[in-house]
Amino acid sequence: MSPRVVFPNKILPYLLLAPQLAITLVFFYWPASQALYQSMLREDPFGLKSQFVWFDNFARVLADPNYLNSVKVTAVFSIATAVVAMATALLLAVMADKVIRGRGFYRTLMIWPYAVAPAIAGMLWLFLFNPSIGTLAYGLRWLGIAWNPLLDGGDAMVLVVAAASWKQISYNFLFFVAGLQAIPKTLIEAAAIDGAGPTKRFWTIVFPLLAPTTFFLLVVNTVYAFFDTFGIIHAVTGGGPGKATETLVYKVYNDGFVNLILGDSAAQSVILMVIVIALTAFQFRYVEKKVHYG
Amino acid sequence: MATVDLKDVKKIYAGGVEAVKGVSIAIPDKALCVLVGPSGCGKSTLLRMIAGLESISAGAVSIDGKVVNAIGPTERDIAMVFQNYALYPHMKVYDNMAYGLRNRGTPKDEIDKRVRETAKTLELSALLDRRPRELSGGQRQRVAMGRAIVRNPKVFLFDEPLSNLDAKLRGQMRVEIKNLQRALGVTSVYVTHDQLEAMTLADQLVVMNAGLVEQIGDPLDIYEKPASTFVASFIGAPPMNLLALTRDGAGRMPAGSPEEMAAIGHGSAAGSTALASAAPMLTDGSLVPFAPQAAAILGFRPEDADVTHGAEAPDGALAIPAAVEAVEPVGAESFLYCAAAGTRIIVRVHGRATARPDDQLRVVVRAEKLHWFDEAGKRV
Repeated sequence: MSPRVVFPNKILPYLLLAPQLAITLVFFYWPASQALYQSMLREDPFGLKSQFVWFDNFARVLADPNYLNSVKVTAVFSIATAVVAMATALLLAVMADKVIRGRGFYRTLMIWPYAVAPAIAGMLWLFLFNPSIGTLAYGLRWLGIAWNPLLDGGDAMVLVVAAASWKQISYNFLFFVAGLQAIPKTLIEAAAIDGAGPTKRFWTIVFPLLAPTTFFLLVVNTVYAFFDTFGIIHAVTGGGPGKATETLVYKVYNDGFVNLILGDSAAQSVILMVIVIALTAFQFRYVEKKVHYG
Repeated sequence: MATVDLKDVKKIYAGGVEAVKGVSIAIPDKALCVLVGPSGCGKSTLLRMIAGLESISAGAVSIDGKVVNAIGPTERDIAMVFQNYALYPHMKVYDNMAYGLRNRGTPKDEIDKRVRETAKTLELSALLDRRPRELSGGQRQRVAMGRAIVRNPKVFLFDEPLSNLDAKLRGQMRVEIKNLQRALGVTSVYVTHDQLEAMTLADQLVVMNAGLVEQIGDPLDIYEKPASTFVASFIGAPPMNLLALTRDGAGRMPAGSPEEMAAIGHGSAAGSTALASAAPMLTDGSLVPFAPQAAAILGFRPEDADVTHGAEAPDGALAIPAAVEAVEPVGAESFLYCAAAGTRIIVRVHGRATARPDDQLRVVVRAEKLHWFDEAGKRV
């Protein structure tokens, strides 16, 4: 390894780190500790005084059937979003890798959706699939599909998953394209000479070599589906119909800011934080073992 | 097991660049054919066309008498060793070698048997459980060889397989490749830019330049009778000395002492005057006897030349006045770098050189050791 670079100045390194540390402190540690503290408080209905109740809020939240429903919704939504967003992006990246003429043009077009704000992306899909005015909803009905995301929970879930995935595909695409380019061409040629057809080459050479990229995207997409899709759900379904698309993060918002049950909401956000930390730790512990960094 | 035939093969890239401009080579069964040439001469493109990795723009490639132009690399039954080895980094050595067999549906115990046998031949048995990144350059090279051998293909293709190894290992692997190829008796095509590798390995040597074949033949035949100045200067190290001849003669009498005139071997002074107008001479004005009519360039190998401090030159030999610029002793032999006839001549002498820098001497070459080329550089 290269020798450690030693800064001659003792204070300067800390000064240079200070802005980043300040931001992390103010926007992460402080709110997180506040949430932790809040999750153990219970306010009276008029918000005049609060009482320290230890883990009562957690017990109540975990016993709430609505909360358990939300856990289930989140699991379905996150897995579906991550799988759809990654599988579609991989397919597109593999196809784009084969394009020779106009390669840059294709890639640029593919990256655009990432620049669209979540709420706007949500509105776009909402309008396209609105049962009464949506262009594509009209097409679906014409095909004989009873499409109504305003009434049917399954349809609503499909719609938010589609909207959330669509936005993330660009990001995944970008990383998959870079990952594909990093695979030496001679490996593919060697595999071809070794008698592997295109499909076999993909699954035995390309896909395993993409593993580091795929793993990274799995972590990023999970976090995305858990947190960053709030805007989309808020714009498209508002958690409905009948809490069919109420994910954990949406329920935190709903209970805390709409229903003003701050203690429950804080307890939920703490649980959510624990889930995501656990999930990420799990991914690094077990999934990463199957990843070869070449 | 197989012959490889190239008939007027051309490669024209989409941009109109012609990388291979019509090459015909017939490689006999079990032969090791080496394609050699400077970078960009089209040798690697040609190899990739035989492998099926590049499309063939014109002409025909046949393996075992069957035209394979339209057949993909998967079905050609060839094996290739790449310059960067192209080992699958996520697979163990064993799986790297077994991959091709698995793809062809070989039974499991048969795969195991063949992989272990091949590993034994290449002394890889202890490394089967390692991944490529845990191997040294030489070991990776062996695995790449193993991966090619284990499949028992019709043809081996080597794309500069030794260029990433250090000099010592390269020499060692060169011998191993030659022995393996001979033992297995598999027709092979080997691409290199290293003329030494080419000379030592080849049963059939193909010298390429700018997309065309300059010469095909036995390595020593090519060495002894290079078909062009390009081949002459590419094959052999140090390269053949090449001196331009002029015939203008106008106003330029051979600028030599009477002894030199005598050394040239054309007797009388009257004769020399007559020769002056049309006889070939070097740019320093010294006459060159023995030169055929069409000759424009004179060549001789460094080892075919000798030096003399004396005035007398043996009969039937050419003597060129030269000044020693540098002496390079390398042990068993020494190289003399001499300035002569407006260019630099390299002479290889056995053992220690007696000449010193700034010595004036004469480089002597026997007539039968002289090579002649015309103005286009073709052998006369």
